[in-house]
Amino acid sequence: MLLLIQYTLIFASVLILVALGGCISEHSGVINLGLEGIMVIGALGGALMMKYMPADASAFATIVCTVAMAILAGVIYSALLAVACINFKADQTIVGTALNMLGVAAATVIVKAINTAENPDNVSSEIQYIAQKKAFLVNIGSFEFNWFMLLALIALVLVAIMLYRTRFGLRLMACGEHPQAAASVGIDVLKMRWAGVLLSGALGGLGGLVYITAGVSQWKFEVGVAGFGFLALAVMIFGQWKPKHIAWAALLFGMFRALSNVYSGFDFLAALHIPSGIYNMMPYIISLVVLALTSKSSRAPKAEGIPYEKGMR
Amino acid sequence: MKTKSSLLRNNAVQSLICSLACVILGVFIGYIVLLFINPNGAGKAISAVIKNFFFYPAGPARSKYFGGTLVKAAPLVMCSLSILFAYKVGLFNIGVAGQYVAGAGISIYAALAWQCPWIVCLLLAIAAGALFGAVSGVLKAYCNVNEVISGIMLNWIGLYTVNIILSNVKESASPYTNNISSFNSEAILPTMGLDKLFGNNQYVTIAVPLAIIAAIVVKIVLEKTKFGYELRATGNNKNAAKYCGMKEKRNIIVTLIIGGGLAGMGAALLYLTGMEQWSCSQSSVPGMGFNGIAAAFLGCLDPLGSLLSSFFIQHITNGGGYVDKTMYCSQISDLISSIIIYLCGFVLFLRQSINSRLSRAEERTAEREKELAAEAAQGGDK
Repeated sequence: MLLLIQYTLIFASVLILVALGGCISEHSGVINLGLEGIMVIGALGGALMMKYMPADASAFATIVCTVAMAILAGVIYSALLAVACINFKADQTIVGTALNMLGVAAATVIVKAINTAENPDNVSSEIQYIAQKKAFLVNIGSFEFNWFMLLALIALVLVAIMLYRTRFGLRLMACGEHPQAAASVGIDVLKMRWAGVLLSGALGGLGGLVYITAGVSQWKFEVGVAGFGFLALAVMIFGQWKPKHIAWAALLFGMFRALSNVYSGFDFLAALHIPSGIYNMMPYIISLVVLALTSKSSRAPKAEGIPYEKGMR
Repeated sequence: MKTKSSLLRNNAVQSLICSLACVILGVFIGYIVLLFINPNGAGKAISAVIKNFFFYPAGPARSKYFGGTLVKAAPLVMCSLSILFAYKVGLFNIGVAGQYVAGAGISIYAALAWQCPWIVCLLLAIAAGALFGAVSGVLKAYCNVNEVISGIMLNWIGLYTVNIILSNVKESASPYTNNISSFNSEAILPTMGLDKLFGNNQYVTIAVPLAIIAAIVVKIVLEKTKFGYELRATGNNKNAAKYCGMKEKRNIIVTLIIGGGLAGMGAALLYLTGMEQWSCSQSSVPGMGFNGIAAAFLGCLDPLGSLLSSFFIQHITNGGGYVDKTMYCSQISDLISSIIIYLCGFVLFLRQSINSRLSRAEERTAEREKELAAEAAQGGDK
């Protein structure tokens, strides 16, 4: 049971971080379908940092450096989306899809190049960080507390305050609802959208790092993040683009994800002989059904996905 | 001057220039990445990627690997047709990956568990893809669910469902499904002698000509029929189409059904050759559908263009297998093709700027001519 809670919380942390990223970006008016790729690149940044951290570094330094690197990698990568979609008015779906493919391909090429340079016989795309990962964990009894759970909670509170209580957040949301109206009162729409995309890059990159440290101590970059970026998008939609609802949705979806890992530990679930694929599938089915029922009155930002044209009304 | 500007104005010429620019830039960036990894063999590696089967001296080996590239390009063509068909109707069929997965699942299952002949497997695959497309279409038409979102959800639902279903017919020692050619050779697509043309490559089947025929049919349907015109009109302006008495809801659903069918057929065209087996433990949706997006946009959303672009993308993907593995990895070609799609995003902007520059130049010459004419007229008055 404890294991289920632990896995639920850590998967929910990933989903909260990434979904909040998607939420900020969409509120600014840009659909960020590239979250999956951003997660991979963020994870790569964090993993490389852990790899090259000196072994005697303190736990605090390890956490700060790794997190900073993952965020930085995510931000830089998301700039590719921002420049294409905001300045060059590219189709956001194409660019997002391209970024997903590019993320996995680039991460694989980079990691393999590093591994091969170290040892010509090593052609795997794996990075190990067994020792460094311990910095993130605190054992409370048999429960493994992960600092990232706290980080996700802080991010949740901060984003909620930022969006609804600060001038910046309200202006950001205005750009996603009606950019021309926002521009007419002197808000720089392009700048706001850049801010939204870069923030989503930061959160997505961090989420990627959390994901690859969630249960394992090495990561094979060829597999990407196995659809977690898309799952986060589902969380965001299920949460109706509101931080508080996103948190509940993330907990629900995280629980299904955790169940697929640990269901064999429960006698009554193991007795049902449900393949783990069913648990993996559940979040997607639920969100599809919910979408079908609620989309008539969708709370999606009105101007999302439409490049900003000054002259349009 | 005039002939030159009208040549640049030509849509097809513009498309060709933009696509070539994307390809050249993509390959160039790939080359720079190779230089960073190891400057010694970069030139050789990039030429290996571009050469692919020309790596072998002329003869049976070269034509065999040429055939291998064609076999994998056929499903890619189908996926890109699915994308572009929907795109012409204003829908982004990102669910193509899930429709492809559904087609793969049912065709393999029918071949192994029910021992169906290939034609039945192929038709079932089309039906399964169409069913997935229909779900997206109905949700879009009646529940206002964005087809991108429902497509993404269906991709994953499809993947996990197919993994569960196909684990009934997998090899006991590995996660791969049983080999179709040894369990049910009836289900393998007939070669009709095509294998002889390609150095006895047994995987070259009627899949290749079928994909080409599909591209031509899609082109004709979209551009030369009333049905295609209605679909495109719906895509251009849904409300105007409705006003003209077209059934816009039905059109959306039909479009996604056709798109899904094309993608499902693509999967059957690959798996029924016996070239690949499905891995029941795969945790990500096969890249074929997403590569289809790349091929569709690189081919400038033209069915015949997507034949070329699909072949090109598969060509460099296979070419990645020939780089020197002691220095580089084969994923370099994935990197190049994803950079190419990213660059395709800029094509619209590039076209707009070409057009606006041309119009400005034309305006200027027109003005100058007018001035000259005016001067000449004044001169005449005197």
